Amino acid sequence: MDSYLTLLSFGDQGWGDEIAWGVLVTVSLALATLPVGLFIGFMIALGKQSREWTVRTAADIYTTIFRGLPELLTLFIVYYGLQIGIQLVLKFLGVEGTIEINSFLAGVISLALVFSSYASEVFLSAFRAIPKGQYEGGYALGLRHRTVMGKIILPQLVRIALPGLGNLWMILLKDTALVSAIGLTDILRQTGIAARVTKEAFLFFGIAFLLYLVLALLSSIVLNRLEAHGKRGEQMQ
Amino acid sequence: MSSVADRLVAAQPAPAPPPKPWTTARVTGTLLMLFWITAAVGLVIYLYLAWDIDKVEKYGPKFLSGLWTTLSLVGVSIALGAVLSLPVALGRMSTNPILSRLAFAYVYIFRGTPLIAQLFLIYYGLGSFREQLQAVGLWVFFRDAWNCALFAFTLNTAAYQAEILRGAIESVPRGQWEGAAALGLNRIQTFRKIILPQALIVALRPYGNEIILMIKGSAIVALVTVFDLMGETRRAFSRTYDFQAYIWAAVFYFAMVEALRNVWSWLEARLTRHLKR
Repeated sequence: MDSYLTLLSFGDQGWGDEIAWGVLVTVSLALATLPVGLFIGFMIALGKQSREWTVRTAADIYTTIFRGLPELLTLFIVYYGLQIGIQLVLKFLGVEGTIEINSFLAGVISLALVFSSYASEVFLSAFRAIPKGQYEGGYALGLRHRTVMGKIILPQLVRIALPGLGNLWMILLKDTALVSAIGLTDILRQTGIAARVTKEAFLFFGIAFLLYLVLALLSSIVLNRLEAHGKRGEQMQ
Repeated sequence: MSSVADRLVAAQPAPAPPPKPWTTARVTGTLLMLFWITAAVGLVIYLYLAWDIDKVEKYGPKFLSGLWTTLSLVGVSIALGAVLSLPVALGRMSTNPILSRLAFAYVYIFRGTPLIAQLFLIYYGLGSFREQLQAVGLWVFFRDAWNCALFAFTLNTAAYQAEILRGAIESVPRGQWEGAAALGLNRIQTFRKIILPQALIVALRPYGNEIILMIKGSAIVALVTVFDLMGETRRAFSRTYDFQAYIWAAVFYFAMVEALRNVWSWLEARLTRHLKR
């Protein structure tokens, strides 16, 4: 039992600090992806409601592609594809040498691609849940389109979209585990290294498992609070 | 004598529509469509130029066998998961607090952690208990990565399918149970003949999504040395450094998911045609 505690302690002998770093990387990766994915997803949702058929089709193609590919494959394509692409451009410009793409950046890009394509559907159905009269009322008051969007539609939209976005956040948190495959030192990577070095695979992968569970638990607490906060104006039954 | 008809203007053709202005939306849309078209044409040209008969002969059959591995893994785990999900869903709905909490914990644990962490825990983690497993004769099963993947996927999809099933069963109105009871059917008959058929229609779409998620999620078995489609792709890429391996994998996965999606929407339209008004 003591040997297990030593293995998990912080410092030279234990893997506690390495694993804590992994938790930090996982959480920051998910937090860095969230705003990017939300922004792109919102834009795509706007595009899907455009009057121009070209914008609508382009937005639909985007969602179809990134919902149809495995997340791991998207990650590899972004990671290796960007490297090869940049190398080609540099060669074209006459610069030789190998470029290594930051795996954190590749992770953020590919997770944001996947997240945004799902988020766009959530936003779209939230848009559809808002009655037309809300827009018309705003225009009847003489508000500009921008003000109607910002002050009337968006606050309702966020409230309606929150449960769906909460689910997507949970999925995002789980998908971050895939970046360990391109060498980012997240929870799974760090515990994997520890497992290989110490030959205590069950202990360390069990810890990874529990850490993800704790992250999911914490997220669901925060999300429940957020949803309750969003609903505070609604009448209690 | 002139009639009113003489003074009427003859029928004119409709005026030409006003020229469509180049609004920001139209410019953006055109640019975006141009981007996608260029990307699609570029992809086809790239794959045409990169076509190498040696590589196709060498890796093509491997890709197909990888495809078969993916499909069989997903198919078997979905089927086994469906069997396992029934007791879990019933446990979730049970009035017995111990049963319902156990089922809830199972579902929460498997839905709250990444599939890849579950797979690693089973494949690498169970290696720590080699002697114990050998003693009970289970080591033969867990030694093989494919079996471990199957085991992990089955447990995982059972948790998701249990939630789908529970939601669907609870969506059937209480009156259906009461009506059946009034007709003198017992609970098992009611469940089999009245509740389940209605619940399965509700569950159809989520089941389709779950299969798609499993097809996409199964790509991670490549990380535990199972040579599924993704595994074969990685092997081909590491031997040739040819990026087209990944592009072909993307084409295969995309085709699988889109085919399933279309089959499923056809199936749904077909099975719910009596509900259309």
